Amino acid sequence: MPKIPAPPLPKALQPKPKKPSESNGQVPTHSAPLEAGISTVDWLDERTALSPGLRWLMWRKVPRGVNWAYTLGSATLFAFLNQAVTGVFLAMYYRPDVAGGAYESVRNINDNVFLGQFVRGMHKWGASVMIILIFLHMGRVFFYGAYKYPRELTWVIGVVLLILTLAMGFTGYLLPFDQRSYWATVVGVNINAGGPFIGPFLSNFLLGGADFGSTTLSRFYSIHMLLIPGAMAALIGAHLYLVTKLGISAPPWLKPQRDHDGDHEIDKAEV
Amino acid sequence: MPDRHKERKSKYTLDRGMPGAFEGETVTRRRLMNLAANGAGAVAVAAFALPALGFAIAPIFKRQQWTWQPVGSPSDFTDADYATKVVNIVPGIGEAGNSITYIRKRNPAIDKEPEDQYNQFVALSDKCMHLGCPVRYVQAAQRFICPCHGGVYDFRGMVAGGPPVRPLDRFYTRLNEQTGLVEVGPRYSVNNELQRFSPRFPGEPIDGIGQYLYPAQFDTSSPPPH
Repeated sequence: MPKIPAPPLPKALQPKPKKPSESNGQVPTHSAPLEAGISTVDWLDERTALSPGLRWLMWRKVPRGVNWAYTLGSATLFAFLNQAVTGVFLAMYYRPDVAGGAYESVRNINDNVFLGQFVRGMHKWGASVMIILIFLHMGRVFFYGAYKYPRELTWVIGVVLLILTLAMGFTGYLLPFDQRSYWATVVGVNINAGGPFIGPFLSNFLLGGADFGSTTLSRFYSIHMLLIPGAMAALIGAHLYLVTKLGISAPPWLKPQRDHDGDHEIDKAEV
Repeated sequence: MPDRHKERKSKYTLDRGMPGAFEGETVTRRRLMNLAANGAGAVAVAAFALPALGFAIAPIFKRQQWTWQPVGSPSDFTDADYATKVVNIVPGIGEAGNSITYIRKRNPAIDKEPEDQYNQFVALSDKCMHLGCPVRYVQAAQRFICPCHGGVYDFRGMVAGGPPVRPLDRFYTRLNEQTGLVEVGPRYSVNNELQRFSPRFPGEPIDGIGQYLYPAQFDTSSPPPH
């Protein structure tokens, strides 16, 4: 069995050749903190065998000609992480109380909590940023033809993620519970009810009854912070796995080159 | 690709070289054990998933408690103008559960729909039948006007212009003989002939095929209280 060559390591992590001053046959000594760090990583790696997977994930070849448009997916991911982190901390102060408590708790976050206005602003504006970025990312994939074989499933998962992101926007819009969010939700649920046959039932499910009622807000809150984010995190994992597994597609203007076997191949660069 | 399913194989797991095979074990037996183990897992999952699912979708099937709410004495209302009254649609959630109703006396000269004990007073809902924004009654024009997308309704609540798909919803009304007060009951929807339907969401036409595309909901299909 031929041995699979080890994945390329960046220069900084390759073992350094011994200095002439070091005695032969002796393990080079590191400083004590470095030694502790190395042994901790070794301890973990011996038990989890994670390092090949991490190398597989982090250091992979990408085609020549990639440009800034290829960073839109990562940008969307970071927008999601921003929403997740700020959302978790907003949940510590938010109260989904339909009889006025919800609005008061958001006002408290804005007016009284240290950095509250900033963190809520991050969440509020980050939501718009994420939706803009996810559409730009989708546009990049579409116009570069990156959805084609073998990356169709990545595209399909991406579309589901787009829909879930919009659902996050819809459910999150109600939570400040001011006039704007209340009426926007009423209109949104009624648009939803316009779907024939199942539309009215879906709207009943969303509202938790026939009308906007006592549990509508807590339903939206639960969907917004538990149901959809959980699904999104899982789907993002699958999306990233496929991106890593299948590799990044080359830009459409890059011509395939003939390699020594006569096969067409896209020139790959190491990063 | 060769068809691997064609050749007939031995029914013994040992002959097939399956991992963990033992003397006398058949594939059928193994399949039964697999099925039992996976079935037990499915039962365990169903034990928490089904109640949770039912818990989440139960509101679709819940029937509402209809009540009558007094809104004033008969002399408060005329047949030439609407009075604005606040009624409670959903109890227990403060102002979010309130709704506005525009009420006037029935005027036989213009109200041609069949008369009964529930429409001696015409009570219109303020929900626009386009997408549910609150409409406002403009006395000078004798029109109901929606601020969101420009829906306009005439004095009887019929669509006069804009995107709404049906006339304004109405409330059952009655004159309580004991108290002498006008009372407002549950909401109902009407089609363009002002026939009564159980309440639908705004944006759902109930003329012609619409009444089949948007069926009555489980939670609102009860008749008016007596």
